[in-house]
Parts: sequence; structure tokens; C-alpha cells
Amino acid sequence: MKPATPAAHKPPAAPPKPEGPKPEPWESELVTALKQQYGSGILEASRYLGQPYLIVDSSILLEILRRMRHEEGFDYCVDITAVHYPKREQQFDIVYVLYSFPKNERIRVKARIKDGEHVPSAYPIWPTANWLEREVFDMFGIVFDGHPGLKRILLPEDWHGHPLRKDYDILQQDKEWVHINLGIESGQ
Amino acid sequence: MSQPIDTGYLDLDSKDKTFLDSTEMVLNMGPQHPSTHGVLRVILKLDGEKVLGTECVIGYLHRGVEKIGENRTYTMFNPYVDRMDYVAAVSNGLGYCETVEKLLNVEAPPRAQYIRVIMTELCRIASHQVWLGTHALDIGAITPLFYAFRDREEILRIFEKYCGARLTTHAFRIGGCIYEAYDGFEEDVKKYCTFFLPKLDEYEELLTTNRIWVTRTKGVGILKPEDCIALGVTGPVLRASGVKWDLRKAQPYECYKNLDFEIPTGINGDTYDRYLVRIAEMRQSVRILQQAVERIPTGPIMAKVPKVIKPPVGEVYHSIEAPKGELGYFIVSDGSTQPYRVRVRPPSFVNLQALDTMVRGMLVADVVAVIGTLDIVLGEVDR
Repeated sequence: MKPATPAAHKPPAAPPKPEGPKPEPWESELVTALKQQYGSGILEASRYLGQPYLIVDSSILLEILRRMRHEEGFDYCVDITAVHYPKREQQFDIVYVLYSFPKNERIRVKARIKDGEHVPSAYPIWPTANWLEREVFDMFGIVFDGHPGLKRILLPEDWHGHPLRKDYDILQQDKEWVHINLGIESGQ
Repeated sequence: MSQPIDTGYLDLDSKDKTFLDSTEMVLNMGPQHPSTHGVLRVILKLDGEKVLGTECVIGYLHRGVEKIGENRTYTMFNPYVDRMDYVAAVSNGLGYCETVEKLLNVEAPPRAQYIRVIMTELCRIASHQVWLGTHALDIGAITPLFYAFRDREEILRIFEKYCGARLTTHAFRIGGCIYEAYDGFEEDVKKYCTFFLPKLDEYEELLTTNRIWVTRTKGVGILKPEDCIALGVTGPVLRASGVKWDLRKAQPYECYKNLDFEIPTGINGDTYDRYLVRIAEMRQSVRILQQAVERIPTGPIMAKVPKVIKPPVGEVYHSIEAPKGELGYFIVSDGSTQPYRVRVRPPSFVNLQALDTMVRGMLVADVVAVIGTLDIVLGEVDR
């Protein structure tokens, strides 16, 4: 039997690590104009490590995106993705990475949504959103309203579950699908 | 004016439309098709030989790289990214390492930056060589494949000497490089540059004015600049449409701001222009290599990074100009040793979306040319 180590012999706690950089408020003409127009709809406008981002209310998301595209010159939608925070009430962050060719600037627009809440599709604004939104739907199960053909893209169409959700274990799989389509008990 | 053809004898209104019946046909291409560069399945809607529409079915190579990233530490995930775009593994590693460095707020030391740039530019040439060989083979020119792979071999030898691996190199680490440039690294690179420039002329001799090549590529798969931007297409495909945009110049990373090079652009945005742009890009890469190799400073090759990488809470998006376009990483850190979320913005995936716009109204044979000219790697499309 292992002797129980007395508490006194515990190594001293490591000194607290210096805290990392904090997001700092992002001040620009764009933010002032947006705050004036939408008020509390703009939940946060900050910069982290020099990268500006906006957190907006999901009800005005489409309006903000449209404005970014047509008035602020963000003509290139780099990426659309999501992050799952299962402990939050609004479980998902949906993230739009935008770039402006004329300004050579990159910003991120984020919105928080509840599980099951629908998001308006950005396809009419940037056609590139088509596949990017399909991937988000495939991986997270977020439904985009107004998307021309929202179906799975990387996984088989009859697969069950959305793998990039935090409650989907890395070893988890759609056993039934694997059994029927591959004729094996497990894909692992 | 020619007389209208009398088709009365065909009895086109009859129910039995077997004779000269022109209905739309749906044709399946792939996933096991030699010209789909892996396992891409394209469903084509055809009217005779004319393409009316396409639908890509992808995901055959899906390995869940992003999910794996969430379940590995930052260091452990590094070799996985090489397996996405496996013909340009060095670029994937560079993008990932730089993003984590940004999250940690460190920068690789100058010597490491130069070694990284030399390795990535060699990798860009190697990637373009694979593209040239396979693209030409798809269209029917067999010789360029042998030429390109023969010359690529020399680059892979340099990779092998540098880090022991030829394809999935895992050449860089978070904070810099783990391997010091071996004895004779500079000479090898210089030797490669002098060796490769005449070879590049050889490729051009084979193709640039070749009538078959020109007929098969000119005016095929035209993409207008505004379509490129709307579809998010980047890399040589965007530049061939005349948009002078390269992340190495627009938002320089590593030591690219100290190096002198140009961004080649095309005019028409067709397959031929994309070919010319990539050839010109290889020349520019040689130019970068020649400068970088002369200027490698001495000094450390690793920045001060902790043994256990634990970036502070936060998120960062960073992208680099990979051989195929903008390769971005979006990493969310929750302060632990594993990333909370890793998102890869793959250039091949987004570029492939333009296939439909490019081939509508063209012929079936052009679909093969367009898939080749998009330069996709299915490992990266599916991740």
C-alpha cells in the first residue's frame, strides 16, 4: 500500500502566471457610426492582439453584414464558422471573417445564438457563403434561413449528429450508418 | 441565309422520341476518376456535350482534422496539419505555427524566419510542379509530368536532408524551427535555383506556344475578377483574373517585407492565364530564394516559448499565402494546453466552389481542364 502523503509535503503552488493580453476597446469611425445607429445591438467592439472584432445581436446580424458589404467595402467573405460553448445559455458563436480589398483590413463579426435558433443566410450577400454555411450546418447543426440548398457537405447526407459540437465525443460515430453502409460493426 | 431544315419527316411530336431525342443527361464523374485529383465526385448535367450545371460531392477524405485539433495539445496537433494539403505540407505547418505564435504573442527569430521562407518557397515550387504535371497530363500532354516530377525530386531531397521527411515534413515548430540548416543548405538551394531556371524554360517550350495546349486552355473556364471576389477565390486563380493581391505583399508575414518580388497577374482569367501566372510565380519564388539564401542571418532559431504551450484566453485568425490561396487558421484558446477550437480555412475548398461558375456552358472535356487549373487537393478540401 502506498503511504498517504501528508499535506505538508505538497509542493508549493506555482506562482500565478502573468495574465495574457486583454481585449482592448476598438475605437474607429465605423464603430461610432454603428453604435449610433444600432445602440445596444452592438454588444462589443474590441481588438485582441491587434485584430478588431464586433459582437452583434443576432437580430441585426444580417443588416450589419449587408452594411459591411455594401457600405464599408468588405467585399470578400473569408470564412464563416462557429464555436460551441455548451455551458452558455446562447450556446453558439457564429463567426464571420471579412476582408476588404480596397482598405486591406480584416475584421470579425460575431453573433451569439441559442441552440436551435436560425441564422439568416449570408448567401445573397457573398455567394461564397454557400459551402461555408453548409459546412457549419454539417458540423454544428446550425440552420441558415434562405440558403439555396442547405444540406450536409463533408459527411454523408443520412448521417446523424453534428461532430464539432462539444458534446460529440471524438470516438463517437453514427454506428447505424457505419453498420448499414460499410457492413462493419465499428469504424474505429 | 441557309434554308431552315425540314424536320417534318422526323415526326418530333410523336410519343416515341427515341430518334434524335435530346433530353438532358446526368453524368457521374468520379470519385474514382484519374482527372479528379483524388476522390472528387462531380455530378454533371449535360445537354449533349454541353455542361448545364454541376454539383460537387465531397467528403470522401474527411478525417475530422478540426475535431482532432480540439483533442490534442498545441504541439501534438502540429504534424496533423501537414496531412491536409499534402503536396504543400510545409505551408500548412507555417500557417499553423504562426497562428499559435500570434496567440502566444511571440515571433520567430530572424534566422528561423529566413529558413522558413526558403522552405515555403521551395514548397511552393514543388506544389506548382505537381499542379503543372498533373494538369498537363489531364489535358493530354504527358511529357510535362515527367519533367516536373524529375525536378521536384531535387526539392524533396533538400527537404529530406533538412528534416528527414520528403512529403509530410513537420519542418517547423511553434516558436521557430527545430532543425538548424544543415551544412551546405545554402549551396543546395543556390544550386537548385541555377538548375531550375533553365528547366522552367523547358516547360514553357513544351507548352506556352504549343497549339494543342493553347486551344485546350485559352478561353476555357473564364472567371471574372468580380466573380472571384464574390466566390472568395484566392491564390493564383484570383491573380490570373487580374486582381493583384497576394498576402505576402498585402499583409506581410515572416521576412517577406525584406524581400523583393513581384505579383504576376493575368488578364483574361482563363485556364491559359492561370497557367502563365503559376509559371511566373515559380520564377518569382526562385527570385525570393536567391535573395533569402544570401541574407540568412546568424542567431537562434527558436523563440522563447514555454515547454508546455498554454496560450492565454483569446482567439485569433491568421492566414498565409499558401501555393493554392489564402490558408487561414482561426484558433480559440480557453487557456488550457489544448485548443478550444481550431478552424482551418482551406483555399482548395473555397476555390472548388467556383467550379460550377467556370464550367457552365463549356464542354465536358473542359471540366477536366478546369478541375486541373483550380489546383485542388482533396485532402485539404475534405480535411
